[in-house]
Amino acid sequence: MAESATPIVEIKGVSKVFQLQDQTIHALSGANLSINKGEFICLIGASGCGKSTLLRIMAGFDQPSSGEALMWGRPIAGPDPSRGMVFQDYALFPWLSVRANIGFGPAARGLGAAEVKAIVDKFIDLVGLAKFANAYPHQLSGGMKQRVAIARVLANDAELVLMDEPFGALDAMTRERLQDELLDIWERTKLTVVFVTHAVEEAILLANRVVVMTPGPGRIESDNALDLVRPRDVASPEFNAIRRVLSAKLHSHHGKKAA
Amino acid sequence: MAIVETGSVAAAAPAAATPRAATRTTWARFKPTVLALIVPLLLLAFWQVATTQQWTRLIPTPYAVGEYMIDFAVGGIYDDAYSATLTTHLLASMSRVYGGFALAALFALPIGILIGRVPSARMLLDPFLQVMRPIPVTAWLPLSMILFGLGAKSAFALVCLGAFYPILLNTIFGVRSVDPKLFEAASMLGCRGNAQFYKVVLPAATPSIFTGLRLGLGLAWFVIVVGEMTGVPQGLGAVIMDGRTLSRTELVICGMIVIGLAGYLSDRVVVALGNYLLRWSPNHHG
Repeated sequence: MAESATPIVEIKGVSKVFQLQDQTIHALSGANLSINKGEFICLIGASGCGKSTLLRIMAGFDQPSSGEALMWGRPIAGPDPSRGMVFQDYALFPWLSVRANIGFGPAARGLGAAEVKAIVDKFIDLVGLAKFANAYPHQLSGGMKQRVAIARVLANDAELVLMDEPFGALDAMTRERLQDELLDIWERTKLTVVFVTHAVEEAILLANRVVVMTPGPGRIESDNALDLVRPRDVASPEFNAIRRVLSAKLHSHHGKKAA
Repeated sequence: MAIVETGSVAAAAPAAATPRAATRTTWARFKPTVLALIVPLLLLAFWQVATTQQWTRLIPTPYAVGEYMIDFAVGGIYDDAYSATLTTHLLASMSRVYGGFALAALFALPIGILIGRVPSARMLLDPFLQVMRPIPVTAWLPLSMILFGLGAKSAFALVCLGAFYPILLNTIFGVRSVDPKLFEAASMLGCRGNAQFYKVVLPAATPSIFTGLRLGLGLAWFVIVVGEMTGVPQGLGAVIMDGRTLSRTELVICGMIVIGLAGYLSDRVVVALGNYLLRWSPNHHG
């Protein structure tokens, strides 16, 4: 139980400054966040609030300008298979079949063909794509592509799954379906998920904790633990009460900006 | 549970039973061939009219050229120095086209990858190659004959030069325009450093490289006549140059037709190969 005392991810006073031509952009300013193993965190906010920047720092794609980002107490120095990213535009390898995309990580780790096959079979079933094992990404719908992207991260034994508006490009029906499947996978595997979205409803449906971020400069406005029972009903009064509170927090920066 | 949204390939509609629908499917099947033949047949008709009306006396009629083509291919009609020599000339030209093309690919692929991936290589080579590129192969002919002598070596060199730039440019473009997200995806899946070159850069660049190879092979056929102006005794280009000096226009036209058809067939083979190898690529079907 000593391990569970250490958060899986700690963000300590992280700021990120970009230089864009002659402009300095404060993408993220003094962010503090601590994530425990098994949590489902949603980062929510308008564009420019730094939610994607924070996610990319957790992934190791970007380094903080100041402050530190830690995983199990050690600085995040670069991308690592223990932290899997699911991109909004899938970023599947178009030249690989569904099967080979999912097996990419295990093969890169140097596992033998038989082991890779066993892993791929398991996760291809988990996301329900067995019939499309030999299809190429361009033959799949958006929802199916995103299932491959999720399976590819899980097949690589990621402890932390980082999702950057993964369902943003999907139609409403497919999105709901994938949200359910994601929750199902999360409950069964006890993964830790950090999920970026700009949809309040999606955040309340999925998360244990909703972290509201506001832009200009990007910062964490509030960290809201949700204790709604699952499965959650988007039409329930409790759900709507939370939605009202979070929407208000989300728009709280408007007044400040005008001043 | 598997969920099929929109991507499943629907079974083809049941075969049409009505005669009208049957006519429509027959037409659909032959439409590409019929449309493709219209322009050549119009040209042939124009040629026929122009020669029988004697608008020009220097160009033989289609019939005369057709007859000569048969003699060129199998002999038995005129029995002159060029009768039944088509295969010899075609094989000689093919060896230069494919040899020169292979040589071009051998240089252009590694140099292109280097320029595309290594900034200092780009700074070193790119300006030089951009200046060299507009110089036509024809302009290189005299220098090539001085450097490589009269004959086959010069022909190889010129064909190689013709095929070099499209392969080079498309290779550079291919290795440079890899979606940056794919590098991030590879590195978060545990594939880093040099392994990314083989697992990401090369496969991502194959459609462009393939386009370059296809254009390069086409240009190799395109420059074969210039390549065979170097004093080689055999080859379709040599036949055309002989036809010109001997004022035998039918020989020239026969050579042109054979080059066109050989280039077309060779391109079809490449396209079929590409459709198979690049079946993963949504926008790569020739």
